[in-house]
Amino acid sequence: MLRVTGGTVYDPANGVDGLVQDLYIANGRIVDASAIADGARTIDATGMIVMPGGVDVHTHVAGGALNFARGLVPENQRAARKFLHRGDRRAGLGGMTPTTFATGYLYAGMGWTTVNEAAVPVLSARHTHEELHDIPLVDKTSLVLMANNEFVLDLLEAGEAERARHVVSWLVWAAKGYGIKAVNPGGVEAWKWGKNANTLHAPIEGYKTVTPAMIIEGLATIADDLQLPHPVHLHCNNLGVPGNFATTIETMNVLQGHRAHLAHLQFHAYGGDDWTTMRSESARVAEAFTANPTLTADAGAVLFGDAVTITADGPWQHLLYQLTGRKWGNLDVENETGCGIVPYVYKDRNLVNAVQWAVGLELLLLIDDPWRIFLTTDHPNGGCFWRYPEIIHMLMNAEFRREQVQQLPEKARQRIVLADLDREYTLSEVAIITSAGPARSLGLSRKGHLGVGADADITIYPSRPDHGFLFSYPRYVIKGGAIVVEEGDVREVVDGKEFIVRPACDERIEDYIRPLFEKVYTMSFANYPVEIERLRNPEVVVPEP
Amino acid sequence: MLRLTLQETPSVPLEADVLSPDMLAPLTIEAIRALPVYLGKRQRRLADFFAVGGEAGDEIEIHGDLARVKWIGRAMTRGVLRIYGDAGMHLASAMQGGTVDVFGNAGDWLGAEMSGGVIHVRGNAGGQVGAAYRGAPTGMRDGVILIDGAAGLEVGMRMKRGTIVVGGPVRDFAGLQMKGGTIVLGQGAELRTGAWMNRGTIISLQPIPLLPTFSYAATYNPTFLRLYARRLATLGCVLPYDERQGSYQRYTGDAAVPGRGEILVWRPNG
Repeated sequence: MLRVTGGTVYDPANGVDGLVQDLYIANGRIVDASAIADGARTIDATGMIVMPGGVDVHTHVAGGALNFARGLVPENQRAARKFLHRGDRRAGLGGMTPTTFATGYLYAGMGWTTVNEAAVPVLSARHTHEELHDIPLVDKTSLVLMANNEFVLDLLEAGEAERARHVVSWLVWAAKGYGIKAVNPGGVEAWKWGKNANTLHAPIEGYKTVTPAMIIEGLATIADDLQLPHPVHLHCNNLGVPGNFATTIETMNVLQGHRAHLAHLQFHAYGGDDWTTMRSESARVAEAFTANPTLTADAGAVLFGDAVTITADGPWQHLLYQLTGRKWGNLDVENETGCGIVPYVYKDRNLVNAVQWAVGLELLLLIDDPWRIFLTTDHPNGGCFWRYPEIIHMLMNAEFRREQVQQLPEKARQRIVLADLDREYTLSEVAIITSAGPARSLGLSRKGHLGVGADADITIYPSRPDHGFLFSYPRYVIKGGAIVVEEGDVREVVDGKEFIVRPACDERIEDYIRPLFEKVYTMSFANYPVEIERLRNPEVVVPEP
Repeated sequence: MLRLTLQETPSVPLEADVLSPDMLAPLTIEAIRALPVYLGKRQRRLADFFAVGGEAGDEIEIHGDLARVKWIGRAMTRGVLRIYGDAGMHLASAMQGGTVDVFGNAGDWLGAEMSGGVIHVRGNAGGQVGAAYRGAPTGMRDGVILIDGAAGLEVGMRMKRGTIVVGGPVRDFAGLQMKGGTIVLGQGAELRTGAWMNRGTIISLQPIPLLPTFSYAATYNPTFLRLYARRLATLGCVLPYDERQGSYQRYTGDAAVPGRGEILVWRPNG
């Protein structure tokens, strides 16, 4: 049992905006004052800021692709922050692609207590769960890659919508995933012919009728029909390409009426015809986005410095490799997806990078409703998650932002609108984009708020309300009722849970999948689904039909 | 002058990157004794392994069999480090300036990714001298490494500038993926010298086996070698350049990249 007294509480989900309140914790949950016995430990949070623990709606922290990236950039590991073995804390490395245990220490050390691993192929889901288990101090969810799965595409081609729904449902449970991820719908499938899918309404390579729009609409419908807690999580076509804002807006039109989450929107809001004319189109994307109230998005903001780009978007990564001329990793994940890895440096003197940096912040500032846009860097694609406080600081301080813009090349300044934006985030809005909003979008009802019944994931920051960097150094972090971080240092290590979804599914769909699988896959069917026993702390969510 | 003596050879490698003039010069003897070193994964005090004497300053002498002591002189920018005995891996890695003198042998990764300063090893060195670490695009960026004895694999791998002189024989892949700078091979090298080299110069004073992707260009006495030999003479190295004594055969490659590097093989007259 634990009391947190005297803190200034920001709990936007319950309408609490900077009120001095006491919190009571028992059995890992937030409880009513009456449930607490005298003599329980008390944290005196007087003068401090109390928020629900951070929730990262889109990150890449575990699995085959990330591990490939770790191997591809040993030079980054040498320069990374080192975690030495100490008590129950394991040794590890920070940096751009942190090792599993260090990932937990870094997230919790910053006050984040739930993360969503945003891209898992079913084929390597077992590996992903093994790594997720080794990320302590945070709860986890993971999304299953579907938009280039040949079983699903074949059924869309045949017009068998219901069977497609059962296959998707079966795949989510087979991967022990939490929802549906769609990456460059149809484009990664076309990549197997050396092509891409650049327009939403043209049939993709290898199919007669299936278009990216059909895949997007199909998966969004399935996610809605299955009542998944998180809607289809979409990485749109034409990521990173100048002029792609048109594709993004067209995608929103395709999605009309459906729930969907648009991942790393920053990478999808560019104007211009080529790299030399690239400019920000954040205003038009924000306007279209605001007009579609069933959508949420995350920023995918870019920070200057080193990054490693990791995505299932194989064709884009090949293009990026041709631009950088350095390293490139490419994986073909049988009939499901692809994967590309390219280490990348965002430079403030580079016109394209400067525009990317601005677009991420512009979207966060132009989209008025903080409940619909969330803070991410698409870690490690746009920057590392442990640099989030830098972004928060820029969101909270227009003056500081303008100083940063002044340092950009003149040519870049003409193509962005960031300097004209006066909005400054309040602490309550920060709590929404980092915790309450993403928790709601993920459908995690016990996360992102501090009401009675919520998981006791609480972050307590020292009070420097004008300063975003305070988010780097929480005074206390409480995870599931345990005080895991004190004075920015990990004091106690507890395991996190994995939330997984079991959507309704006709069991007989296995008789349909098995023969197909045995014909085309290199592994045996019995080894394909992840056994529930593999997961150490699963919490199964069954959507109401 | 500060004097450190290793008391006994550690059972597992000891990581001691604190052993550099930059780190030690401003400290008191007491503070130096308390500096952290890592025995495997355990943090220990420098005084657990070394006897510390003399006065702290930019001049440091280290005595003992240091073959298992890694990272000595890491990123040093100034001063003199003299090692009486063998030194372990990563000696003077990322060095930026100053002098390192080893009166014994050195391990792998000697002067890896260094950008300035002079290293002189009287004995042999290991592999990856002046190289880029795994995954990194660029090795040595400047400075001089002199090895009186032999050296191992991948000497000067991905180096960009600077000079490596090896008096004794060198093993395979000298100058692998070299981007610039100079490697002098006193007694030649084994296989695949200059593989994937883009630019830079490898000078061999003995005939060496060449990859088929290097092609013969000319026999001549390049003017720059005269200047080069004079500079190396100040460091105690002899590089022949006089046409009365012989000439160099120039081979260009590696055509597999394709690159514009050169291998110069000395051919005495007569």
